[in-house]
Amino acid sequence: MDLVLHVWRQSGPDAEGRMVRYEAPGVDPDMSFLEMLDVVNERLQAEGEEPIVFDHDCREGICGACGMMINGIAHGPQGGTTACQLHMRHFSDGDEIWIEPWRSAAFPVLKDLMVDRSALDRIIQAGGYISVNTGSAPDANEVLVPKTDAELAFEAAACIGCGACVAQCPNGAAHLFTAAKVSHLGLLPQGQPERRIRVERMVAQMEAEAFGSCTNHRECEIVCPKEISIDYIARMNRDFLGTKLRGQLQAKAG
Amino acid sequence: MQLNAKIPEGPIDRKWERHRFELKLVNPANKRSFDIIVVGTGLAGGSAAASLAELGYNVKAFCFQDSPRRAHSIAAQGGINAAKNYQNDGDSVFRLFYDTVKGGDYRSREANVHRLAELSLNIIDQCAAQGVPFAREYGGTLDNRSFGGAQVSRTFYARGQTGQQLLLGAYQALARQIAARRVKMYPRCEMLDVVLIDGRARGIIARDLVTGRIERHAADAVVLATGGYSNVFFLSTNAKGSNATAIWRAHRRGALFANPCFTQIHPTCIPVSGEHQSKLTLMSESLRNDGRIWVPKDADDERPAAQIPGEERDYFLERKYPSFGNLVPRDVASRNAKEVCDEGRGVGPGGLGVYLDFADAIQRVGRDTIEARYGNLFEMYEKITGEDPYTVPMRIYPALHYTMGGLWVDYNLMTNIEGLYAIGEANFSDHGANRLGASALMQGLADGYFVLPYTIGDYLAQHMGDHVDTDHPAFDAVESEVQARVDRLLAVGGSRTVDSFHRELGKLLWDSCGMAREEYGLKKALEEIPRLRAEFWRDVTVLGSGDGINQALEKAGRVADFFELAELMCRDALERTESCGGHFRVESQTPEGEALRDDDNFSYVSAWEHRGDDAEPVQHREPLEFENVKLTQRSYK
Repeated sequence: MDLVLHVWRQSGPDAEGRMVRYEAPGVDPDMSFLEMLDVVNERLQAEGEEPIVFDHDCREGICGACGMMINGIAHGPQGGTTACQLHMRHFSDGDEIWIEPWRSAAFPVLKDLMVDRSALDRIIQAGGYISVNTGSAPDANEVLVPKTDAELAFEAAACIGCGACVAQCPNGAAHLFTAAKVSHLGLLPQGQPERRIRVERMVAQMEAEAFGSCTNHRECEIVCPKEISIDYIARMNRDFLGTKLRGQLQAKAG
Repeated sequence: MQLNAKIPEGPIDRKWERHRFELKLVNPANKRSFDIIVVGTGLAGGSAAASLAELGYNVKAFCFQDSPRRAHSIAAQGGINAAKNYQNDGDSVFRLFYDTVKGGDYRSREANVHRLAELSLNIIDQCAAQGVPFAREYGGTLDNRSFGGAQVSRTFYARGQTGQQLLLGAYQALARQIAARRVKMYPRCEMLDVVLIDGRARGIIARDLVTGRIERHAADAVVLATGGYSNVFFLSTNAKGSNATAIWRAHRRGALFANPCFTQIHPTCIPVSGEHQSKLTLMSESLRNDGRIWVPKDADDERPAAQIPGEERDYFLERKYPSFGNLVPRDVASRNAKEVCDEGRGVGPGGLGVYLDFADAIQRVGRDTIEARYGNLFEMYEKITGEDPYTVPMRIYPALHYTMGGLWVDYNLMTNIEGLYAIGEANFSDHGANRLGASALMQGLADGYFVLPYTIGDYLAQHMGDHVDTDHPAFDAVESEVQARVDRLLAVGGSRTVDSFHRELGKLLWDSCGMAREEYGLKKALEEIPRLRAEFWRDVTVLGSGDGINQALEKAGRVADFFELAELMCRDALERTESCGGHFRVESQTPEGEALRDDDNFSYVSAWEHRGDDAEPVQHREPLEFENVKLTQRSYK
């Protein structure tokens, strides 16, 4: 099939960007979206034009490196799918496709479709871990974890940190990302000792970055390639509120 | 050059304990005065950087990805082995050791493998404590599954995303140390060379992939945890960025490269769909627990799978290997798939595929159970192929997946260059000629959490107060070489893209040094690779400049190194005229077509020394001695 692409080109963080039109003839329906871009890039280079820059690595939907707005939707039209796993059979001959980088103040554009997502790493650094030094763990079967808790935790832990939730949110909020980690660790017995301090610090860091607030649009949940539920945001909010109230009560008790 | 593996004395099950006692220690206050560079943040690098920082060392960690959480360990699906014997099915440290040496076709070091099996116990404990959401039984205990090459259930897993969850555990431990300022993290930064001073590794030269600046970093020791080199084949299951540059540059500076021809083909990957293919996707080997592999008996049978009755199907693994059936090791499963396709009985476009059928399993345990076990894999398969594996059998074909070869290291995981370590897939140490499923994660984490943090102290303790900084002339020299190479790539101004060269190299290598190797093909490849390499340096096009993000430039540097590595792989494969594990020499097979080892002549590690661009590399041999495992022709019948 023959497609027309409109791609955001921006030569550097401070440069002005613009949409550039490219023809993409002879696209095979079995190609992934990124393979389609590979083919365009091969042609651009043959014609002496620099290839379109985009982050990508594993190309099997798990590393979280890739991500772009495809016709205004983070990772494109197919639910539960990263851009690298989106296949061209979901498009039709003659389609025009608009491709842009993640749009969020917290993710500055580095070049073309590549953005800086280090704010997400800083949220994890603020408390998204269990403090256990190598060597000090008890036997793995000494701490029992109810199967349902392990599964709920797993579903939150499946987050790949791609940033689609932020990119799609009208407010540019990182609540789904943060809540997924807060919930993953907060649901497990191993995560209890730091449960309160964790949520407090991670939320504080999230607010310190250029992310917006959550006003329940649910767009994050819809585009999340791992289909992580906003129930986890409710869980985070409850944990956060509980922690704050407890802090106030403790302060009063002096 | 005399290779000294430094294997401790004593009985096999006491060596590591004894060695730990004999290793010199660095006292806590002195640890602060040592800087350690860790390149790569996958399971090995991430766990090592975090553990070293916890001990008090100053760590600088590097990754080319935008975040350490994206290292390719994240894509490992199936699981991680540990000899916990939670299933009461007769597992033990010795059995895991034995299975691993046997699975590796007797080309690994006994002492290393035994240590690995011992440490497998600690790894599971550590990961569970970090909050890795492993699969659980209803009573809350850990669940296990079985895996290829073993008759016990010792594999721990988190659905089909075990690598992701283990890596996030290590990444979170690393994040904690970054926050504590014990680790300085350099994401989007690629190591391009190692700096030696007086024969010791004292730093690296790296390129900041955002600014394009070539930068110097000094340290007291350098740890390479940069993974494997399957991408030399262009099409492999590795992430697109995975590359051999760090270990290859170290090799050019004197580090020996061991067993480069030991590569692993994974039997269960999604077949190639067309010319545009940019990588191959693996379906976890755990699928072979429940899926049955078959092709039509008749090569001309073109009916859809469902219409082919049972008696007209050839379940070739079950037929040939009744005791292991579909769970034979990877190399055996891969070769048999190739064989039936070579006979014209392959399925799907191009005839390069075999069925992996879940119909019987769904009937036996129900669709829900299968979905719970493999749901995400089935989904991934459907996304890529557009076919529903619950109703239509999957099509699979072998693909390049893992490289057992890597930098030669001693028992301490140090290369023959003082102060230069290689851990995880980047070294050659534990898997011999074939790696068993669910053992890569085990090895990466054993090296990073539990081996290197001890052994590196022994080296550092001998070099107290002996610091260098980046003003040293050795840094000037290496930096200018790196800069010159970058400039040279940009200056070629030819007509062919990097990818077009890489594809051609990959095809050449797959045909000559892939699933089956023979003298004629290898010799021909040794003529063609240098020719293609010369053309690359004459005709490649890398647009743009080095002052900023330039993905074509990054790729070009990696592919240039792949050319040199490919040649060494063929040389190694040519020299080893026996078949063993993943290395199948057509000239060396049993009458039944199985790999035929030659223990009298090839029971050694082949470690290659670089002697300059115009000289042939020199092979050194580390003999392998087996005191605890009986060498037999592997049989999975």
